[in-house]
Amino acid sequence: MLKGSLGLIALSSLLLSGTAFAQEKIKVGVTATLEGTYTVLGEDGIRGFQTALNVLGKKVGDKELEFVIASTDATPDSAVRAVRKLIEQDKVQILLSPLSGDEGIAVKNFAKTHPELTFINAASGAQETTYVDPAPNFFRYNMDGAQWQVGLGKYAYDEKKYRKIATVGEDYSFIYTQVFGLVLEFCGAGGQVTNRQWVPLGTKDFASVIAALPDDVDAIYLGLGGADAVNFLNQYQQAGGKAHLMGGSIMIDQTILSSKGNAKNALIGTLAASGQADTWENPSWQKFVKDYQDAFPPNKRFPSPSLLATNYYGSTMALILALRQVNGDLSNNQAKYKEALAKIEIDAPNGKIKLDSNRQAIGTNFVTEVVDDGKGALFSKVVKVIPDVNQTLGYDPAVFAKIGLPSRTVPECKKY
Amino acid sequence: MSRFVERHPAWALIVVIAIAVALWLIFAVWPQGLEDAVGRKRVFLNALFNGITLGGLYFLVASGFTLIFGLMRNVNLAHGSLYLFGGYVGYAISAATGSWVLSFVVAFILTALVGVLLQVIVFRRMEGQDLRQTMVTIGLSIVFADLMLWACGGDFYQVQTPNWLIGPVELPLVTAVKSSGEPVYLRYPLVRLVIFAASVVIGVAMWLALNRTRIGMIIRAGVDDRDMLAATGVRIQLVFVVVFALGAGLAGVAGVVGGTFQSLSPGEDIRFLLASLVVVIVGGMGSIPGAALGALIIGLAEQLGSVYIPTYAIVVTFLIMVLVLAIRPQGLLARR
Repeated sequence: MLKGSLGLIALSSLLLSGTAFAQEKIKVGVTATLEGTYTVLGEDGIRGFQTALNVLGKKVGDKELEFVIASTDATPDSAVRAVRKLIEQDKVQILLSPLSGDEGIAVKNFAKTHPELTFINAASGAQETTYVDPAPNFFRYNMDGAQWQVGLGKYAYDEKKYRKIATVGEDYSFIYTQVFGLVLEFCGAGGQVTNRQWVPLGTKDFASVIAALPDDVDAIYLGLGGADAVNFLNQYQQAGGKAHLMGGSIMIDQTILSSKGNAKNALIGTLAASGQADTWENPSWQKFVKDYQDAFPPNKRFPSPSLLATNYYGSTMALILALRQVNGDLSNNQAKYKEALAKIEIDAPNGKIKLDSNRQAIGTNFVTEVVDDGKGALFSKVVKVIPDVNQTLGYDPAVFAKIGLPSRTVPECKKY
Repeated sequence: MSRFVERHPAWALIVVIAIAVALWLIFAVWPQGLEDAVGRKRVFLNALFNGITLGGLYFLVASGFTLIFGLMRNVNLAHGSLYLFGGYVGYAISAATGSWVLSFVVAFILTALVGVLLQVIVFRRMEGQDLRQTMVTIGLSIVFADLMLWACGGDFYQVQTPNWLIGPVELPLVTAVKSSGEPVYLRYPLVRLVIFAASVVIGVAMWLALNRTRIGMIIRAGVDDRDMLAATGVRIQLVFVVVFALGAGLAGVAGVVGGTFQSLSPGEDIRFLLASLVVVIVGGMGSIPGAALGALIIGLAEQLGSVYIPTYAIVVTFLIMVLVLAIRPQGLLARR
């Protein structure tokens, strides 16, 4: 009897392993900034990605998805190195990459050297990535930095009556794009941007930058992220800074709002705009927040998902849903899959997302204000929702093209 | 001093003029033309003070580094890890007890202990093998970095500034005169002044200990000729342990300082290791006054650079290092 049952177990395990062998795998490479200034952002991006897997599962028809995660440090060469490693060593077929602006431009260019593979942008938001010479196999399901600022300039001018502002930002493509969106709208409404300061990514000592902030402005716009933002706020508080603040999309975000220490309290009341708002009432957003909270113990996550988690969630969603539409068919250089990706409309937690002809997202944007929930935790409260924001920000494409590409000095402060 | 003037009269004149110009820039009310050309005096003074206070922080990290190198000829590339470790300890203590001062004491003691362990377990085994020690410390710094990432995560930590240190103070330096004739004084974060004062006190205390005490005499003798010192019957290994503990402890204290006015996160260890390497290369390996001068120069270069030439601010520090290596490869204040 014993012998017989042993034999049965052996046989069944053989059969099981047999079916496991027969099951085909689809390999997906994921990159996130798990080192350097943006470490915290990368970690939360991965949390968003895992939440999506929890909700959607890893099965596509009879195939199973297998993921390989690689780390970058927000520099373009680290991103290309990670992507190259994923393709050449791990033999991935689909990429979910990258997180940060400059990385995005580099990976998009790299994508052209592998036209047979599919690249799905994870969270990067530089305008150039999909606006200038886009790669046919690079898809972006999050909006760019300029789209994420839509509504902020007008709200600041009309509701807050700000007339003159100055900006401080990190010196790279994503923040250029954010300031681009802000300046275009604020100056278009009649405001003035008197001063734009740029600091290198990874600046620790902001004291001199803070001293150089002009006094004669109504508000100061901060386009900083990660460790830089925390350092700035800490030193701003020590210097006794009292100006009204406005924030970019990764400045007013759970990555900063839930940092340790009390420097973040300088942000209460700060006006910002982003692709999400922590306290949005929408049921699919609330469900996402709950899924995120349930997936991780409270000390291993933020009170509410950051913009990065949301972006990774949305991108992973598009990746899996489109793959299910074609039933995991990656033959013929993934032609069917790419077609499905270009057409798919996803019901992301932060609103419906569809792609334009450059494979760039058209989505919903939020103007927010930072509030204290009474227990010391800070959240971004939605004050305005703007649907259907496209990459040309509602401008005629010909007019938009004349403005130029985001940089330290573009756009000029005038009405286009 | 007078010998320097006799030997290099032209240089002495240039130095005197430079000092006079610097004093005038600091104390005089700037004429309108100058403000138009280079910006407001408030910005300049702030950058200057920030450079000096940042130099204070760099000095705290680099002095331990240079002390250890001077005595043991041991390039401890895990020094940055000690800095970060001290910072995390300081954060834990100040978060648990609410006492800022206590966090310094505990951070000093714990990092000093780690230093002692490093010296006894690792470095004593490979005395005199410079390259091997260097490689081992690189390996250790990577291991420490991963251990700290495991324990503390990738979050940003800030040591809580005590309430009595938050906010600015007015310094008796006039930055501008209002149209009503009323002078505007410079407002400057108090915490940075306190930290700078503390690093000056530590620097002077170290200089006194090295030059006026018996143990200092032994250490200086050890720097000059280790073997001869050992031959005179001094227990050289004990001296090594004490110096290593002191150097490591200083790095720990610097970690708390850095955590107070900047922030702690993975990667800070490498940044401060690099900063202290640059500082001691500029100042001269093994020299405490050299570390002070190097820290001051690097701090000022970073801060003035970030205001007046923001695009190239990162390059300036390394440019200074290259210049020093080209003109005076042993460092500005090296003894030999």
